Amino acid sequence: RQRTRPQLLRAENTMLNTSTKTPTGGFSFENTRRNAVLEANLSEKGYSAPNARKTGTTIAGLIFKDGVILGADTRATDDMVVADKNCMKIHYIAPKIYCCGAGVAADAEVTTQMMSSNVELHSLSTGRPPLVAMVTRQLKQMLFRYQGHIGSSLIVGGVDVNGPQLYSVYPHGSYDKLPFLTMGSGAASAVSVFEDRYKPNMELEEAKQLVRDAITAGIFCDLGSGSNVDLCVITEKTVDYLRGYDQPVQKGLREGTYRYKPGTTAVLTKTVTPLTLDVVDESVQVMDTE
Amino acid sequence: MDPVEFLSKLEKTTIMAVEFDGGVVMGADSRTTTGAYIANRVTDKLTPIHERIFCCRSGSAADTQAIADAVTYQLGFHSIELDEAPLVQTAASLFRDMCYRYREELMAGIIVAGWDPRRGGQVYTVPVGGMMTRQPVSVGGSGSSYIYGYVDSNYRPAMSKEECLKFTAEALTLAMERDGSSGGVVRLAVISEQGVERQVILGNQLPKFSTV
Repeated sequence: RQRTRPQLLRAENTMLNTSTKTPTGGFSFENTRRNAVLEANLSEKGYSAPNARKTGTTIAGLIFKDGVILGADTRATDDMVVADKNCMKIHYIAPKIYCCGAGVAADAEVTTQMMSSNVELHSLSTGRPPLVAMVTRQLKQMLFRYQGHIGSSLIVGGVDVNGPQLYSVYPHGSYDKLPFLTMGSGAASAVSVFEDRYKPNMELEEAKQLVRDAITAGIFCDLGSGSNVDLCVITEKTVDYLRGYDQPVQKGLREGTYRYKPGTTAVLTKTVTPLTLDVVDESVQVMDTE
Repeated sequence: MDPVEFLSKLEKTTIMAVEFDGGVVMGADSRTTTGAYIANRVTDKLTPIHERIFCCRSGSAADTQAIADAVTYQLGFHSIELDEAPLVQTAASLFRDMCYRYREELMAGIIVAGWDPRRGGQVYTVPVGGMMTRQPVSVGGSGSSYIYGYVDSNYRPAMSKEECLKFTAEALTLAMERDGSSGGVVRLAVISEQGVERQVILGNQLPKFSTV
């Protein structure tokens, strides 16, 4: 793995003089001044520095009679270009706990993976199945420690000994516990569907339809969300990960073709120039296939 | 202001606590905003710190939740060491120590209230900056500016529990009417020797004032 120059210099420093540098955790902001100078130089020429890719998402969750349903769209955007048409935004944390991620794609992905590993270790250490509240607590303590620089907004949902629970966690480290939640750029569109039709203790099919409708509202009304609807139904007994549950947007059919028959363009003149090539050097390299 | 901070969730809010003989009444609105979007319209800003000590949170949601968790742990540990119920003043001091030490990084306005056997019902306010002072009645949050006049003119010492509840509910309703950052439902809690009683007053049940 390539180490950047500032990291190498720091390693040398700690070996040579042991007193001055105290080890600091968290992010290193040493490159911010260099980046500012580079960005100024680039913008003079008309270019801009690349942005961290945000998922531009609609994610939602609700609690129904038997458990929790999480839903998400599947579009990942890079500014105004769709980077991934079918990405997975519902991540596994524990057998009965899943997490939808919005915000910066890399942050959401890595944060959920770290949580999954911590939860497994904690569960082995305590000898008990994990609690959704425990996952939420670890998430928010980590995100608060990084003061919002880790840009992941998450909806954590699952079923544990205390029943079905749903939490939202924001990048700065605050959390809310609610019966229905939406997050991401399409949150406003999705929450309006929930506010209209949510009732406590809904049946499974009605609840799945409601989450599907909420995500679809985000897909149609928000530019950052699109493609398919993924659902994850978690109950005390089963987990149903329904990838591609609905595909509200079909790719359009091309109406005409732009191919021309051979001979459409008339040939006026034809000139043939042979290229004479001489062999200068010939060498044989044996490939090591063992 | 740093643009990242602006989009963090804020509980620019209205919170209030009143002492009466035998306990305290605490109240808060229920709105949490991210910019102009209401992220949670039924927030519970009255957070338990110990069995008979609660705090009202205003300011940054992340900061106040993290501080409240840390103080809950510290106070719980202290109470086990002492083998008796902690004092409300102790809880307020713990809040003050954290809010003052990290005053540059935090945005938190907290009202600590509760009942202990030694001094009865007490209200301590720890505003932004980390000062701590005891007051018989305290209001906080962005909506508090609109009700200082109402509180100053209507508060009388030695009110009963029911009078305090009515006073708090009316003050919070007036603030919620005028402050865009406050709204939702009114959450009330009464803490006394008997324990904690919690109430919710929904939007259509709020006291009505004449509108001109």
